[in-house]
Amino acid sequence: MSNNDDLLRAENINKSFGAVVAAKDINVGIKKGERVSLIGSNGAGKTTFMNMVTGYLKPDTGSIFLKNENITSLNPRVITQKGISRSFQIPQIFEPMSTWENLLVALGTSQKNHSYFKNARSKENADYIDEMLSRFSLNEFAHRQVSELPGGVRKLLDIAMALVRKPDILLLDEPTSGVGAEEKYPLMDTIAKALSAEDLTVIFVEHDMDIVQNYSERVIAFYQGEIIADDNCEKVLKDKNVQEYVTGKTQIKAK
Amino acid sequence: MSKLLNNIFFQSIFLMSLLLVVGIFIPNWLVFVITKAIAYGLVGLGIITLMRGGLVSFGQGFVFGIGGYTAGLLGTQAGLTDAILLLFISFLFTGLVGLIIAPLLARYRDIFFAMLSLAFSMVLYGILIKIDAIGGSDGFVLPESTYFGIKPSPEYADYILYVVSIIMTGFVSIAIKYYYDSTPGLIALAVRENELRVEYLGSSAFNVTVLNFTIAAGLGGMGGALNGIALGHIDPEFTYWTTSGEFVFISILAGYLSVPAVFLAALLLELVRSFSGRYFPDTWQLILGVFLILSIIFIPSGVGSFFKNFFDKLKNK
Repeated sequence: MSNNDDLLRAENINKSFGAVVAAKDINVGIKKGERVSLIGSNGAGKTTFMNMVTGYLKPDTGSIFLKNENITSLNPRVITQKGISRSFQIPQIFEPMSTWENLLVALGTSQKNHSYFKNARSKENADYIDEMLSRFSLNEFAHRQVSELPGGVRKLLDIAMALVRKPDILLLDEPTSGVGAEEKYPLMDTIAKALSAEDLTVIFVEHDMDIVQNYSERVIAFYQGEIIADDNCEKVLKDKNVQEYVTGKTQIKAK
Repeated sequence: MSKLLNNIFFQSIFLMSLLLVVGIFIPNWLVFVITKAIAYGLVGLGIITLMRGGLVSFGQGFVFGIGGYTAGLLGTQAGLTDAILLLFISFLFTGLVGLIIAPLLARYRDIFFAMLSLAFSMVLYGILIKIDAIGGSDGFVLPESTYFGIKPSPEYADYILYVVSIIMTGFVSIAIKYYYDSTPGLIALAVRENELRVEYLGSSAFNVTVLNFTIAAGLGGMGGALNGIALGHIDPEFTYWTTSGEFVFISILAGYLSVPAVFLAALLLELVRSFSGRYFPDTWQLILGVFLILSIIFIPSGVGSFFKNFFDKLKNK
C-alpha cells in the first residue's frame, strides 16, 4: 500500500491495450533506499508499470507521484531530470562509441549549463568517468567500441549510464536477461557493489527467483496486470498465488 | 611543441595563413574558385552539423538563397556594401529564420525531414521567380563590395574577398569545431545513434535538432551571401533543388568527421565543375555523378575520415 512518506507512489493505476489489461488498480508505494524486485510471467504488467513510472506510457486512470509530486503526465526526459533513471532489457547504448564515450554522453546529459566551447573531455569529466568505470569493473573495456562488447558488459554499461545522473530511483529492466547462467551472479554482485555506494532506491524486473531472493528485500508480484503479492521475499515467494501463477511452485534456494 | 601542434586554434591559424599566402601566387580564376568553394563549404558545414545529429537537409538552398538575397537587398536597397558586415548580417538573419522554422522541422526525422526542408526551398524559389521587383527569375546585380569603407581596385577585389572569406570562415570553423567537441556537440552524436536513450538520460533530442538546424541555417546564409558577393549577382537558382543537391554532394563526400574536409570536398566539386564545364560542357553532371558513386563506394565515411585518422595519429604521437 502507499502513503505520503513514500518516495514513489502509484495510486489507482489502470492501463489497457485494447482488450488486454496491463495494469489494474495498482496501488503501491516504495520508500527511499528499498531494493524491490518486480516479478511475474510475461505479460503480467511489470514492464508496463515500469514504462508508466518512467513516462513512456501514460496510465488510462490514476496518478504516479515522486516525492509527492505528480509526475503522471511528464515525459521520460523530465522524469529522468526529476530523479528516476532506468536501464533497459536490451541495453540502449551508443554503438559506434567506446564505453568511455558512452559514459561521457551520460555525464554530459546530467550536467546543467553546458558550455558550447568547453571540451567535453575535460579532466574533471574524465576523472568521474574513470571512477564509474572502476565501480562497474569496466576499466578494461574503456576504449573498446561497445558494439564489440559481450552481453554482460553491455548490461553493466547500460546501468552505469543510468547511474551517472545520481538518481533517487534506479529502475533495472531484467538486468540478467540474455546473460549466461554462470555470469548472472558475478554480474549482479558487480551491480550490487556499484550501487552500494549510492543512497539509492532500486526497483528491478527479474525472472530468476534466485536472483530475486538474493538481491531484493521486497518483492511485488504481478499477474494479469494486478499486484497479487507485495511483501518481503520469503513471504511473497511462499505465497500460494505467487507459486501458482508466477514461480510455478519451484523450490527457491538461497545462494 | 606537440601540444601546440594539437591545438585546434593553432592548426587553423596556420592553415589560414598558408591559404592567404598561397592566394597571392595563384591565378585569379583559382582565387575565385576557392572563394566559391568556401561559400559552398559553409553550407556543407551546416549540413554535416545536421548529419552529426542524424539528419540530412535536401533544402539548404533555402538558407543559401535567403543569405544571398539578404546581402543583395541590403546592398541595393540600403546601400550597405561592406562585405564583412553583409556576411555577418546574413549569418545572423538566416540563423534567426532557421530558429523560427526549426521547431517545425525538428518534429520530423529521416526522409520526412529531408523532404520538408526541400519543400521550404521550393516554396521560396517559387516566390522569388514571381517577384519582379527583385528581378524575378533573372535576379539582380549586387553593388561592388567595400571593406571598412574602402573599395578595392578591380584587380585586387577577388583577392581581398578571398582574404575576408578565409579569415571569417576560419574563425567560424574554429567555433564549430569547439561546438563539436563540447558536451552539447557530443550529445548531438548520441542523438544520431539512439534518440530514445538520450531522452532517458535527460536530454532533449528536439532541442539538439533545433540548435543544429539554426547553426546550419546561419552557415548556409553566410555561404549564400559570400557566393552572391563573389558572383556579383543573385538569382532564384540559389534556392533551386539542384543547388541543394550540390550541398548534399559536398556533405557526403566530406563525411561528418572533419571540418576542413567539407571545404576540401567543396573545392573538389568546384574544380570538377569548372574543368568538366570547360572540357565536357554537356556531360559534367555525368562526371560529377561518377565521382560521387566512386566516393560512396571507396570512402563511405567521406574524405573527413582521412583527416580524422591523420589528426588522431598526431595526437597519439
